[in-house]
Amino acid sequence: MSALLDVRNLKKYFKTGGGMLHAVDDITFTLEAGKTIGVVGESGCGKTTLGRTVLHLLEPTDGQVFFDGEDITSPTKEELKKIRENMQIIFQDPYSSLDPRMSVSESISEPLVIQNKMTKAEIQEETMSLMETVGLAERFENSYPHELDGGRRQRIGIARALALKPKFIVCDEPVSALDVSIQAQVINLMLDLQEERGLAYMFVTHDLSVVKYISDDIMVMYLGQMVEKAPANELFSQPLHPYSKALLSAIPLPDIDKKAKRIIMQGEITSPINPKPGCRFMSRCRFACEACKEPQKLEEASANHFVACCRYKEI
Amino acid sequence: MKKKKNKKRSQFGEVWHRLKKNKIAVASLIILILIFLTSALAPVLAPYNYDQEDFNASFAKPSKEHLLGTDRLGRDILSRLLYGSQQSLKIGIYSTAFAAVAGILLGALAGYYGGRIDNLIMRFLDIYQGIPMFLLCVTLAAVLGPSLRNAIIAIAISSVPGYARMMRASILTVGEMEYIEAARAINATDKRIILKHIIPNAISPLIVMITMSMGSSVLAGAGMSFIGLGVQAPIPEWGAMISDARSFLRGHGELALYPGICVIITVLAFNLLGDGLRDALDPRLKN
Amino acid sequence: MSENILEIRDLVVEYHTDDEVIHAVNNVRLSVKKGETIGLVGETGAGKTTIARSILRILPVPPAKVIGGEIFFEGQDIMKISEAEMRKIRGNRISMIFQDPMTALNPIETVGFQIREAILLHNKIKKVDAQERACKMLEMVGIPMDRYNEYPHQFSGGMKQRVVIAMALACNPELLLADEPTTALDVTIQAQVLDMMKDLKERLGTSVILITHDLGVVADSCDSVAVIYAGEIVEYGTAVHIFKTPTHPYTVGLFNSLPRLDSTERRLKPIKGLMPDPTNLPKGCKFCDRCPHATEKCSTSVPEVVEVTPGHLVKCFLSEVK
Repeated sequence: MSALLDVRNLKKYFKTGGGMLHAVDDITFTLEAGKTIGVVGESGCGKTTLGRTVLHLLEPTDGQVFFDGEDITSPTKEELKKIRENMQIIFQDPYSSLDPRMSVSESISEPLVIQNKMTKAEIQEETMSLMETVGLAERFENSYPHELDGGRRQRIGIARALALKPKFIVCDEPVSALDVSIQAQVINLMLDLQEERGLAYMFVTHDLSVVKYISDDIMVMYLGQMVEKAPANELFSQPLHPYSKALLSAIPLPDIDKKAKRIIMQGEITSPINPKPGCRFMSRCRFACEACKEPQKLEEASANHFVACCRYKEI
Repeated sequence: MKKKKNKKRSQFGEVWHRLKKNKIAVASLIILILIFLTSALAPVLAPYNYDQEDFNASFAKPSKEHLLGTDRLGRDILSRLLYGSQQSLKIGIYSTAFAAVAGILLGALAGYYGGRIDNLIMRFLDIYQGIPMFLLCVTLAAVLGPSLRNAIIAIAISSVPGYARMMRASILTVGEMEYIEAARAINATDKRIILKHIIPNAISPLIVMITMSMGSSVLAGAGMSFIGLGVQAPIPEWGAMISDARSFLRGHGELALYPGICVIITVLAFNLLGDGLRDALDPRLKN
Repeated sequence: MSENILEIRDLVVEYHTDDEVIHAVNNVRLSVKKGETIGLVGETGAGKTTIARSILRILPVPPAKVIGGEIFFEGQDIMKISEAEMRKIRGNRISMIFQDPMTALNPIETVGFQIREAILLHNKIKKVDAQERACKMLEMVGIPMDRYNEYPHQFSGGMKQRVVIAMALACNPELLLADEPTTALDVTIQAQVLDMMKDLKERLGTSVILITHDLGVVADSCDSVAVIYAGEIVEYGTAVHIFKTPTHPYTVGLFNSLPRLDSTERRLKPIKGLMPDPTNLPKGCKFCDRCPHATEKCSTSVPEVVEVTPGHLVKCFLSEVK
């Protein structure tokens, strides 16, 4: 079975005053229909850029993206239109990702209006059914985003993303701006939708407990590179890369018995602008050695568990 | 099932709702409406024609025949003020409209496309702004000849850069918002993004600016007429009336005072309304 | 039992806008012991920040309005003292750390200068002495002294928050209000800052009110916890009470909403519904609309605070019955 999404050696560099910023550097992964890949990392590690580049909202610098077996790396306008119908995005901030001057129903129906395949009445009907799907009461039809709370706004964002019936959705920190009790409602909704519609998610977040909960596979990114990728449970039980270990140990657990021994990282973060070829985590790593100055290869440590560290066996 | 359970309040309705609470802005709006009405109805309201001279009643005191008295040529001051408001408002509205359209267009082009187009437009405006506004007006009026139309052109041209700059800044701010990217993600065309998303969100500060600059245009128009580069005699205009009254300030100061008060009230009303609109248009100040 | 450094009694704060009244804080009673870290947990709009601002008397007035209540700091009611006296307390004996370190520092002054000024404002000492103390503060939060003359933009987010903490602690305050101090930071940086704060607290004996929405942070750093819902403290107890025997249905709901690292269940158990509209709070228990155990009584009358075990207070009828 071929994967729904196949990303090969994807790169996205930005030109800055100081040189080339390697936001996404040589990322390779596949995602099957109905599955979720979690992408975790700290701010500035390129996880958001990765999502945007896969969706072609940003032009990739190098590498290839295959969707359903088709190469969509450099699409024509027509192809791009088709891509966007199959691949959608849910944004992080439900406050800034909705046009404040559009009512709820206008926002949700916009993709359908642009697609221009339905009559007005059909669009209206579809909008109502979308609102019901995401759990928005009909009375909000004519409300404006600023009149609603974060959770409801995020539901609008989800309804918009679902409107074109995509197969794959990039979720860019969809719940980070929400309160815990609302967050749980939205996560459950996303899981329900995945089951009903067989959606594949790419779930980008910095919140490790959420990502474990929702993902099948998790990719850990550090300064544009993938340092580890493993099935969710395995990553949490047996992280191999020193960065993953430090990251996981840093999560504050809502439990007073389990005080995890934290690995506190020292040293300065390497700049992602014109980075040296070696391991980018080296400057903060306790185990750094001469061999780390060489480019790190991604190795398959065990089935479907990849790690980019030359010393992972020793540490 | 097609009942509207939630009353839809349009954007305009929201703004109006918020503006209503600002008493000063509402008062200004009423004053402006009154000024517009009296100016439109000047031929009906004015007791005399603006150039009807009565040499027997030169410098007449306010009386039943001449509510505000007369000037040197015995022309009724009230009638001249009423007719004069037509000219002053013409300058204010036409020059602002012209400047706003041109400026918004230039600013929108520069802001949306960026890069070389942006650079070209903005550098041109930079150079252009190096010339003092009033000097430009005076020069233009001098070259084109003094008349109402040329005063309008001169004032309009000199205020284009302001609009262009503000529109560009506004578009750049809105362009960075996530919902623009969100629109792109659902296949929206450039045209749709500009018309449906950017302009409605970027226009608020411009509405305020347009309102406020109506006031300053009226003032600039009065200034031009005062130095003789605007409306020509015998057509009355507030600035020109002040200019006429210059020679009699000592004996008949009120001749300069009346049009002066008119100018002040109009400009003030435009500015206060603009202030009120600024607050009303800002959705963050809701509640 | 050590004595209380801060006691809030029946604090009521409202925000008055043109056509509505927002009931932000409703009858909050809270005491903070010397050297203790107390966590205020609650969701957006629960009134956490309003409580902190009331303590420092930096509420935006208008629209905010303190309707009633007393706040005793070391036995003195700081709601009654003059603004001049308050200024001597603010930043000196009580200081505050804000959520966003990016905006809390003045971008055009060096960090050292800013800490020195904070010291000079409250202490009549020579500039050189203040400078020396500022250097010591920087070292204490783990920033090398030679960065004294650098500007805020030269620091990373975590470093900036350290500078902010150094500034807040520069006058040896007895009470530190930390309003979501690590929310804007990455987890690894958050871990560093939390560790540092714990360490400093032990060394200086400062009492801390830690405002957060993250139960993980609370478990990590707090001795006692107050759970706030719709402007009320619904449950108060030691960290052990709250984490081992959460009793109020809201607290229980919060824990159930969290995705747990150790759970394998495929669905979360969220609290149904939304926070009540703070302009129109339910008459009875504020949580009754969302509570799975709500009865008729809950929607009509307000439950009393019950001490279920010594030091563990719950505002719920369910606990009264027991």
